[in-house]
Amino acid sequence: MANSTPVMEAIDQTIESKRRPPSDVITEWVSTVDHKKIGIMYIVYALIFLLIAGVEAIIMRIQLAVPNNDFVSPQVFNRMFTMHGTTMVFFVGIPVLFGYGNYLVPLMIGARDMAFPRLNAFGFWISAFGGLLLYFSFFGGDGLYGAGSAPDVGWFAYAPLTAKVFSPGNNTDYWTLGVLLSGIGTTATALNTVTTVISMRCRGMTMGRLPLFTWLMLITSSMIFVVVSPLTAAQIMLILDRYLGSHFFDTQAGGSAVLWMHFFWIFGHPEVYVLVLPAFGFVNEIIPVFSRKAAFGYPAMVAASAGIGFVSLSVWAHHMFTVGLGPAGNTFFVFSTMVISVPTGIKIFNWLGTLWGGKIIFTVPMLFCIAFLFQFLVAGLTGIMLAAAPFDWQLGNSYFVVAHFHYVLVGAIVFGLFAAFYYWYPKITGRMMSETLGKWHFWLFVIGFHLCFDFMHIPGLLGMPRRIYTYEASRGWETLNLIVSVGAIFQGVAVLILVYNLVRSYYRGEKAGRDPWDAWTLEWAVPSPPPVYNFAIDPSVNSRRPLWDLKHPEEPDSDYE
Amino acid sequence: MQTASAIPINEQGGAPWVLPSRGIIGMVCLIIAESAIFLIFVVAYIFYIGKSLTGPYPKEVLELPIFGTVCLLSSSFTIHHAVAALRKSDTRGCLLGLAGTVLLGGIFIATTAKEWYHLIYHEGLTVRTNLFGTTYYSLVGLHASHVIVGLIMLVTALGLSLAGRVREEHAERLEVLSLYWHFVDGVWVVVFTVVYILGR
Repeated sequence: MANSTPVMEAIDQTIESKRRPPSDVITEWVSTVDHKKIGIMYIVYALIFLLIAGVEAIIMRIQLAVPNNDFVSPQVFNRMFTMHGTTMVFFVGIPVLFGYGNYLVPLMIGARDMAFPRLNAFGFWISAFGGLLLYFSFFGGDGLYGAGSAPDVGWFAYAPLTAKVFSPGNNTDYWTLGVLLSGIGTTATALNTVTTVISMRCRGMTMGRLPLFTWLMLITSSMIFVVVSPLTAAQIMLILDRYLGSHFFDTQAGGSAVLWMHFFWIFGHPEVYVLVLPAFGFVNEIIPVFSRKAAFGYPAMVAASAGIGFVSLSVWAHHMFTVGLGPAGNTFFVFSTMVISVPTGIKIFNWLGTLWGGKIIFTVPMLFCIAFLFQFLVAGLTGIMLAAAPFDWQLGNSYFVVAHFHYVLVGAIVFGLFAAFYYWYPKITGRMMSETLGKWHFWLFVIGFHLCFDFMHIPGLLGMPRRIYTYEASRGWETLNLIVSVGAIFQGVAVLILVYNLVRSYYRGEKAGRDPWDAWTLEWAVPSPPPVYNFAIDPSVNSRRPLWDLKHPEEPDSDYE
Repeated sequence: MQTASAIPINEQGGAPWVLPSRGIIGMVCLIIAESAIFLIFVVAYIFYIGKSLTGPYPKEVLELPIFGTVCLLSSSFTIHHAVAALRKSDTRGCLLGLAGTVLLGGIFIATTAKEWYHLIYHEGLTVRTNLFGTTYYSLVGLHASHVIVGLIMLVTALGLSLAGRVREEHAERLEVLSLYWHFVDGVWVVVFTVVYILGR
């Protein structure tokens, strides 16, 4: 609290003491258009779905822990992996990242709210409704014991598996409509974010002074337009096929199943970067603060991120090497996939450059960021392996692929996300999270992660196919699968610790004050939690680290830019 | 409430800090997202040209909708005229421009409706007949639905204009609407080329 005055602290106190009756609070949250409240709702909703999808993952791992298991039926297993994948991508990944985007972007750029507050609320409610609709499917058809009529076509919903003949009933429609709604909400929020960053910046906040997280939200949101829209289009086609009897993906009438794969992966692969870029943004904000250094190579970071955004649009068919696109197609997608490792490498070296010679403070968020660096590197390396078409032909449908993408999605994105939880919790609630519980969470999760996903590569190399519900004892996969399952349970326990920590700290955490980490971006200039309109007076900035300038008037950043 | 932003307020008298209009930026974003949807439908259309297993085929049933196309494309000029007039505070010119746009857009939708009626009841082509029907109705229908949405907004603007509630300060909002309408027109050029020229 380097720059706190008694007056400011008094203001912080008054803001916190305002507690009102529950009915008022509910009305306030449901009808809110405040970007911070919507951001928090996004985060809470994503956390709930994280727990649900986590339970689904644990069910799958219990089923696969021992050979010839009959814990769940094959049908339920299919439903579990479909729902796990769909939920994690559409109802955990996107909402939580956009939740942070919603919360932080206006604060970071010195704006009072998003550009279109009501559109913001619309985006949240429509995607939350999509999630509810998807899970409503559990109550249909076969009853709860048979997991209702939850979708069972995989999160990729390959044609012709989704045709009326192969998937009768309504489960595929729940999938299509749920995902379609979440896509509309995502596009609305992305539109809002881009407009906010471009037209709501405070005085002096030039594009070259945007905090890196804001830059990455801008790039991610711009990608959403060209990434989510194709999926929306493909979903409309699928609905037409199923309800009006059209023939887009109907091979009997000359339609093409490969066309669905193209449309799906035009969304599906860039989506990984849509998720990982905000996670990069978290790391970009946290590493400099806990290294006590300005981010190394700001322009290179921005350029590399934009490069990732562009190149990621031309890599989708590496999911389809085994389909038989022919040598020309495969070669193109091998090279474009390899090229994306260049900007990614630049980012890794920039983070290392930031750490280099810094005064590193090992708080929980920083620990998560450092684990992120290692794991993201490994994930990139197996990614390059899979980008080589001949190698992919061998392992395309094996657990090696599952291990690789979980390395990215959990090892990079979820770790970045956990770092963000600990880092911004004091700003959002005004209380610190417990560091002890945080360290338990960190170590349990890291150990569980490595037990689970390091060992998962090996059954893949030994030929264990993905999406199978059980296997014979004679294949040599039993011990490995047991280790993987134990690792999954470790991660589950760690997430429960996180949730306990989040709830406990809300009531009993240490008071945070306005700037507990001695950070530099604008969100730490307002009280925690920030008042409704963020800034009583429109701020004005002179450098990339406005709070540094304020705390160190003798050596302002603006002199060096 | 004095929440005392800790950030100093300086250079207030310096160079003006001007940012782009959020309405226009938002509309441009929407147009990019919509273009991507159209792109996917266009790709599907091109991919399935000549792959129908049964008739009717486009050569047999499609006629060039020249009249509707001319109407739709000229409506870009009328909406532009409406915005330009409003900027000069000429509310009467704006009203005329809007009315012209609604009229021309309405004629376009009517010609599409007539074409569909002919195809469905006389040629027996529906969305489930063959791949041509599937891709034709979905692509042209996607465009038509955008025209209808545009017309709803234009009629609203026209109604407000008739009530005398559209004034010079609303010029920017009308410009946002006109951007959407120009986009719908531009997409029609692509759809026309793909469906009625390449597709035949």
